[in-house]
Amino acid sequence: MTDLYDAIQEIASQYPVRRSAVMPALRLAQDRYGWLPPVAFREVAEALDLTPAYCKGVASFYDMFHLAPIGKHLVEVCTNVSCALVGAQQTLEMFEQELGIRAGETTPNGEVTLGVLECAGGCGWGPVVSVDHRYHEPVKPEDVPEIVEGLRAG
Amino acid sequence: MPVRPLLLEHADESDLTKLAEYERFGGYAQLRRALGAEPEKIKEEVLASGIRGRGGAAFPMGRKMQFVPTPDKTKKPIYFVVNADESEPGTFKDREIMLRVPHLLIEGILISSYAIGARLAFIYIRGEYIDAYETLRAALDEAESRGLVGANVLGSGWSCSIVLHRGAGAYICGEETALLDSLEGKRGKPRTKPPFPAIEGLYAAPTEVNNVETVASVPKILAMGGDNYAAVGVENSTGTRLCCLSGNVVRPGNYELELGKSTIRQLIYDPDLGGGIPEGRALKAVIPGGSSTPILSASEIEATLDYDAIAKAGSQFGAAGFIVIDERCCMVQLGLRFAQFYQQESCGKCTPCREGVRWQVDILRRIEDGRASQGELDLLLDVCDRILGQCLCPLGDSSAMIVASYVAKFREEYQRHLDDEACPFGGESSLSGVVAPVDLHNAHVRAELEVPVG
Ligand SMILES: Cc1cc2nc3c(=O)[nH]c(=O)nc-3n(C[C@H](O)[C@H](O)[C@H](O)COP(=O)(O)O)c2cc1C
Ligand code: SF4
Ligand code: FES
Repeated sequence: MTDLYDAIQEIASQYPVRRSAVMPALRLAQDRYGWLPPVAFREVAEALDLTPAYCKGVASFYDMFHLAPIGKHLVEVCTNVSCALVGAQQTLEMFEQELGIRAGETTPNGEVTLGVLECAGGCGWGPVVSVDHRYHEPVKPEDVPEIVEGLRAG
Repeated sequence: MPVRPLLLEHADESDLTKLAEYERFGGYAQLRRALGAEPEKIKEEVLASGIRGRGGAAFPMGRKMQFVPTPDKTKKPIYFVVNADESEPGTFKDREIMLRVPHLLIEGILISSYAIGARLAFIYIRGEYIDAYETLRAALDEAESRGLVGANVLGSGWSCSIVLHRGAGAYICGEETALLDSLEGKRGKPRTKPPFPAIEGLYAAPTEVNNVETVASVPKILAMGGDNYAAVGVENSTGTRLCCLSGNVVRPGNYELELGKSTIRQLIYDPDLGGGIPEGRALKAVIPGGSSTPILSASEIEATLDYDAIAKAGSQFGAAGFIVIDERCCMVQLGLRFAQFYQQESCGKCTPCREGVRWQVDILRRIEDGRASQGELDLLLDVCDRILGQCLCPLGDSSAMIVASYVAKFREEYQRHLDDEACPFGGESSLSGVVAPVDLHNAHVRAELEVPVG
């Protein structure tokens, strides 16, 4: 069997009921494919004795699972109230300008997807921007070019 | 000085993420003591401390522990679950605790698990918190390697494993029964209560669920003694809390304060705390407990930082997320942005919440755009009314309660949108034009539905 299968078994052994491992298993699969294609659901289902439809049903409930391909890099700006009060929308617009796309879109070369987040849990250090799941706090509009530059380089 | 580091004691002068440093300041001494005591005795100390849950509902931890059947009264295993899902807009305290004093949380988990007879504990941490996850993972590994976690803890004969489980982005999973469903590998939707988790929780077995900050307080309670802990703070509000301060304030951040000893005004204006509003602007309002708690106007900030005083002022201490709002903010936009949050996060299980929050968003959008009639403002309040008390979990109620509170406190501003047929801020509000996740979602749905012509 594949190493994904083995990794899922190891995680599942921590839980009294194996189904509890479905979220960590989906995360592993997503790390491998970059998103969750149909084959990922088949693999997770097989490893945990579930059905692919069940696994897809679980994944679709959670924002961090991607049911469609996204860019190589993911930039998400928190626009909930605490961040918005200190300029999150201006930060978002600077990303739109620098990347040449609107929020919710991916650059034509497939490099960067730009999104918005609900409260990221860094309200005291806003605006919070999550770049490939790492928080940058705070990010003012003038900090944006350097972040975008870094993404283009990497 | 109202700042009183108890949970964050010594965290400024040393790196308490390291086990050796944590032990140098007395870390894990309370676990050693606890393992030599009767579990009942520990529950009594927690009860005597008077500590109330820090996750939002403020239920006394000691009483919850007593609801969990003792191991001789149940054939099922008993579980202990830490709620580290922290997603309430305006709160970021649990993250700081996990990042700076992870061993305090682990010690609290071990003591609490021992007290209720659990041999397996879970930390459900929100998926976005990668930094806190890594810190906790490292701390757990170090604690395991030193025999503090796992089989035969410190040679006591008692075993306790701790599983670190990551969420994947869903606010509703902070609600304890939704959290348990999620932990069971399902879509995270709230369950009907009763049965309460203490009786029928994870895998239908007795389960104690507590917030990170509540659990991290347990070693301190044992160190001080329940009665001495209860002497910190005021009646009904004992101990300290990390108060999260954000929004339009000079010095945002977490401040650990003794309860009941300072006012909201001090939290915002004291030079050692919030330091006031930037550029000398006027305060317009403050939300005291995170997004789900009703708003207080600038004239209501003399309330002291305790459960009773904030309730008396008309709101809730909630998760202690203080969002400071200055004069530049349009209150219709505030209502709209939070309603959009609740629309995004409603799990859809009950109709009043699923449909009601959408109505709230639509009407607030029309009011903001100057397109609403007088009757629509009444309709908005009517929608709030129809959500209240009709939902399975408090999410729907929160959305109704807060929007109604904005209209009640800032009625004139809502009225002006109707009279002027435009937002009086003319695009200059601090929340003007903010794009919310639900906007993008709706745009996608519209794009998919749009049939190309020709
Ligand atoms: C919509 C919703 C979200 C919640 N989110 C959290 C959360 O992120 N963290 C938390 O500790 N409690 C949260 N709660 C409260 C929990 O349901 C529960 O009361 C709490 O975890 C119990 O722990 P405590 O008694 O130590 O506060 C939430 C409740 C609701 C209704
Ligand atoms: S009130 Fe809303 S979030 Fe809570 S169970 Fe009902 S639909 Fe779900
Ligand atoms: S509002 Fe942005 S992190 Fe909380």
